[in-house]
Amino acid sequence: MVLTFPFVAMKVDSFENIVTWRWDNVLYMGVGCFFISWLWRYLLQRKEFSKSDTTGKKNLIQQTWKDRLFSDPKVFCPVLIAAFCIASVFPFIFSPYQTTIMTTALIYVVLGLGLNIVVGLAGLLDLGYVAFYAVGAYSYALFNYYYGFGFWAILPVGAVLAGLCGVILGVPVLRLRGDYLAIVTLGFGEIIRLVLENWDDVTFGPQGIPNIPKPNFFGLEMDFQTVTLYMYFVVFAMTIFTIVVVRRLNNSRIGRAWIALREDEIACQAMGIDTTKTKLTAFGLGACWAGMMGVFFAAKNSFVNPHSFTFIQSAMILCIVVLGGMGSIIGAILAALILILLPEYLRAFSEYRMLIFGGIMIIMMVFRPEGLISNVRRKYELHEGEKH
Amino acid sequence: MQTILDVKQLTMDFGGLRAIDHVDLDIKQGEIVALIGPNGAGKTTFFNCITGIYKPTGGDVFIAPPDEKPKRINGKKPNQITVAGLARTFQNIRLFANMTVLENVMIGQHCRTHTGILGSIFKGKGVRAEERRVIDYSHMLLKKVGLDQYAHYLAKNLPYANQRRLEIARALATDPFLLLLDEPAAGMNPQETLELDQFITQIREEENVSILLIEHDMRLVMSISDRIFVVDYGKKIAQGTPAEIQNNENVIKAYLGEDIDDA
Ligand SMILES: Nc1ncnc2c1ncn2[C@@H]1O[C@H](COP(=O)(O)OP(=O)(O)O)[C@@H](O)[C@H]1O
Ligand SMILES: [Mg+2]
Repeated sequence: MVLTFPFVAMKVDSFENIVTWRWDNVLYMGVGCFFISWLWRYLLQRKEFSKSDTTGKKNLIQQTWKDRLFSDPKVFCPVLIAAFCIASVFPFIFSPYQTTIMTTALIYVVLGLGLNIVVGLAGLLDLGYVAFYAVGAYSYALFNYYYGFGFWAILPVGAVLAGLCGVILGVPVLRLRGDYLAIVTLGFGEIIRLVLENWDDVTFGPQGIPNIPKPNFFGLEMDFQTVTLYMYFVVFAMTIFTIVVVRRLNNSRIGRAWIALREDEIACQAMGIDTTKTKLTAFGLGACWAGMMGVFFAAKNSFVNPHSFTFIQSAMILCIVVLGGMGSIIGAILAALILILLPEYLRAFSEYRMLIFGGIMIIMMVFRPEGLISNVRRKYELHEGEKH
Repeated sequence: MQTILDVKQLTMDFGGLRAIDHVDLDIKQGEIVALIGPNGAGKTTFFNCITGIYKPTGGDVFIAPPDEKPKRINGKKPNQITVAGLARTFQNIRLFANMTVLENVMIGQHCRTHTGILGSIFKGKGVRAEERRVIDYSHMLLKKVGLDQYAHYLAKNLPYANQRRLEIARALATDPFLLLLDEPAAGMNPQETLELDQFITQIREEENVSILLIEHDMRLVMSISDRIFVVDYGKKIAQGTPAEIQNNENVIKAYLGEDIDDA
């Protein structure tokens, strides 16, 4: 307070050489600080309190609203259907501009779900995820430029290529954990970007590749608005496809092995799981989604250049996973929507938007380090008293 | 009786420290064998060597699953050794804390099932049947260890003694012929330790496994073991039946004043 006093309370008017005292500012700041620190303490206290509460046995049996939301089909299904309906009528209600933003947000939903496999489920911190996105985007751009292949033909190719890159990255980092792994993957991301930037003969360097065609729809000509609409539904379909596949993987033998790997690598191996194979499938399958979305991204923008694939992008996708809650599908979806849509709609406060954004991230990490939705494990149906 | 585990002249060095020094040990089918010794004697290291977590500096480890030829397993990876039929628990419990109790046991079945990536995505009939089998079998194991009412709890929310039981259930789920238990009674109260006695003999009968256990609780060791091996400073100092070990001078000296008879 005292230190900031000269800045806050005095306004020096250099023309007339007088000092204006602004006591009201001091008052606002004092009250503001007091209120914020009080709120901060209150929230911290509440957090401590709830922590000591969960150790009690009662809390184990008690179902929270969250449990009900995910495990009770009576609650879960209507929510799902409502979300589906809103998403499918969205472009008809809102302007093409909003639809474009939503399309971008859905790209990030899929990217978040993909990285969620690597970071959230398998616990392998990957800071170079955007490299696979770039692989997808450039595979469409280049295959189209040199050989004239269409979007739908390259979509699976891009996914597979990115998946292969994932496995290739996976091999040298098999023995690394935590920080070391993060650094190597970060380096890998940069390598891919530098290759794209400097291999002028093939990738046209920093200029990028223009005129990438949009996906065609049975050869129909479309005007701008229809294309926006069409792109939205393509990415919407891909999102649903991703959710279904990732959900199934999550609750399968493979998904359980990933989570076991995240929880305790030594115990995981001692339980007979081949950790090498498990890590490589996580890297490969995670990268697939980035490749797929890369192809879509190239088509949507009709233009790719290496600047779309910087570390900031990786960091953003990682934020989605962390904010959403490690391993949680619904969390990743929510977080992607929040992180992409919030800055767009905060444009009104343009100067403060990154500040607000950063503030939210910090507050989240302090008060809910486990993310928006902490991973709720599936309850498998048990058959009582048969067969045994 | 067939020998199912035969360890010969096992040696393990950590830099200048010889944690295990030419130790021989063998287990016959259906036996409960205890490995005892003061803290830091090298017991856990011995487990880590035969389960592949450490690569032994010297010596041989042979296993002979029932009705199979003996094979040498040193240098193999832990997961390969588990597939071959050795399963273990850990001294400092290593459960998958954020998975449910049931899922922990289901992980044990991983190496006995085959669903791949495509199978998981398409979820065909065979895959669903396998999943059902895994769930039912894991549930049955949970019942056996008395944890079935906690099936959907997260493993980290279980009380300590139950976490140890869960680790045993998880190890059993890998279908082992030899179970290695590292201090299963550590941290349990006397009542829970008494129940453990019964529990261990019960799983030997019902699951048809042999057991090698590390334990400090002498009452437990003396009452359930068929044979006992004693190590100190990495060297084997005695082996024999509980009665022989109780009267062995070397052992009494190693435990330095700890009176084994009524400990
Ligand atoms: N990874 C390791 N690196 C170096 N020394 C180790 C390692 N693991 C165990 N040791 C040493 O080996 C000796 C035996 O330890 P341990 O097997 O844990 O004993 P215990 O019989 O109590 O289980 C100890 O002196 C310990 O410090
Ligand atoms: Mg030990």
